[in-house]
Amino acid sequence: MPDKKIFITGNEAAVLGAIDAGAEVMFGYPITPATEILQGWVAKAEENKKLQYLQTEDEIAAGFGVLGVLLGGKKAFTASAGPGHILLQDPLSMAENLRLPFVGIMMQRGGPSTGTVNFSQQEVNLAAFGGNGDGLRIVYSASSVGELYELVIQAFNTAWQYRWPTIVLGDGYLGKTRSTVLLKKPRQLIPAYPILEEKTEPTHLRNCYSSEESFGEVLKKNIADWHKDKPAIVRSESLQTEEAETLIVAHGLVASAAKEAITGLNAKKNKIGLFRPITLNPLDSDALKKAAQKVKKIFIIESALNQLARIIKYELAGSEIEFIEIAKPAEGFTPEEIITRIKQNG
Amino acid sequence: MDNFSPKSWNQKSKPHFFCPGCGHAIALKQLGYAIDDLAIQQKTTIGIDIGCSLLVWDFFNIDTVQTHHGRTTPVMVGYKIAKPQRIALAYTGDGGAYAIGLQSLVHAAFRNNPVTVIVVNNENYAMTGGQLSPTTETGIKTTTSPSGKDLKFGPGFKGPELLHQIANEKSFIARGSISNPVQLKNLLIKAIKNQTDNNSFSFIEILSICPTNWKTDAEQSFERLKEMEKYYPIGEIK
Repeated sequence: MPDKKIFITGNEAAVLGAIDAGAEVMFGYPITPATEILQGWVAKAEENKKLQYLQTEDEIAAGFGVLGVLLGGKKAFTASAGPGHILLQDPLSMAENLRLPFVGIMMQRGGPSTGTVNFSQQEVNLAAFGGNGDGLRIVYSASSVGELYELVIQAFNTAWQYRWPTIVLGDGYLGKTRSTVLLKKPRQLIPAYPILEEKTEPTHLRNCYSSEESFGEVLKKNIADWHKDKPAIVRSESLQTEEAETLIVAHGLVASAAKEAITGLNAKKNKIGLFRPITLNPLDSDALKKAAQKVKKIFIIESALNQLARIIKYELAGSEIEFIEIAKPAEGFTPEEIITRIKQNG
Repeated sequence: MDNFSPKSWNQKSKPHFFCPGCGHAIALKQLGYAIDDLAIQQKTTIGIDIGCSLLVWDFFNIDTVQTHHGRTTPVMVGYKIAKPQRIALAYTGDGGAYAIGLQSLVHAAFRNNPVTVIVVNNENYAMTGGQLSPTTETGIKTTTSPSGKDLKFGPGFKGPELLHQIANEKSFIARGSISNPVQLKNLLIKAIKNQTDNNSFSFIEILSICPTNWKTDAEQSFERLKEMEKYYPIGEIK
């Protein structure tokens, strides 16, 4: 099928992305603002009998059910938010341990706990570092409906190619916003394959080890793989960063507002650039360092407290750069507000 | 290989790592014989829980995944959706089945997911050192009921009877005991055949012994098992 322009919501784009990525099974539990992904998938499954689904008893079962499907060799995923994303840490940790290609689409809502239902960027820590491990999970952050579609496809490809659990972050505004997007059909899909291989010589997978040394060897290998895979996984966008002395760092919808803001700030003349991480974990460290080369001041703008900032500051530790964090947990930013805040601190 | 071990056992992982006298080994021998009799070794996948069950991760020459506490049932439900032609067994203890994993177990039975759940009930959390379990009977001492289990923590939990109330009529639900291995093997065979022939849920609870945490010798262990069988009736739940 050729690329086509259509008028859809982010949650619809996520469903189409999963289908175009070759996903065959979704397990889910309704939660605002991700419910429409489950509903949308079920609607598609009514038409296409190859697609399967189960509305589970809770998100824990949804996540572990997904792991079962993966073991059988089919692409599967779940979608959730906030408190559901917390429950999914249990299966996500098992996926991290066993290197299972789990895909989760998390439409962030305000927290802690039930919080608010539509928007925040407070699930970055949870997505990247929410398990009882070291955070060897890939986390993408989408900043437009079209990008959400593309990143969902990318997530399945990356998960099955490199065997890391993979999360695509969005939020309720992105999920419910309807826009005209050009769906770029994937050029290549990484195929799924049975992880329990059904060979005469059986596969025995374990999630628990009896000695620190034997588990240490497994973790060492995983960490080495993580570093080896990182250059191929990381993605980011740098705008007007060549001459930038001031850099804005933002992701997701906040980055979309920041993009508009830097036009209003006459950015080229004022030497203001934007670095937008598309993968929050692992971070595109080289691109960030390149964008920050001549920079004296970095504004880290996020709808959360210190979640993106910790990731960025860790990468730039030891530099002389002044960091200004503009944090509005669970509240959004308009381009005008970003302009005002930057002028105030200019 | 000796003449008594099931052919489906993985001899490389024997002798096993269960405590001396543990009932799991007897249960697993009958499960092995059931798999041998049905000739399904190449068609079966086993999911196992944590706790003592996790020692089954390489027990059979069969694809096995050791999951997470209480999560074996949903993993095998998912697996079966991807692989409807395979035989999916979920092996767990009484804590995994009736406490932390009950929600998923109840719903798998309720939906009639075609998986076979096998629960070894030794009335305690054995791997963590013998704590109270839902199935611990009133008055029994454990490390978290040092004066004997008070009724305020509930009497012994009857899982098969509970599931029977909500399971589909095509399901197969039974309780066996390691005290009667032949009957146990036959119940396991019926349970597995219910998955393959009726594409339906099946469930076996196996009453078992835990000499280490019960602090009983062989004779005392089987005496206590006899008492368990009075409270937990053996056979198909109809």
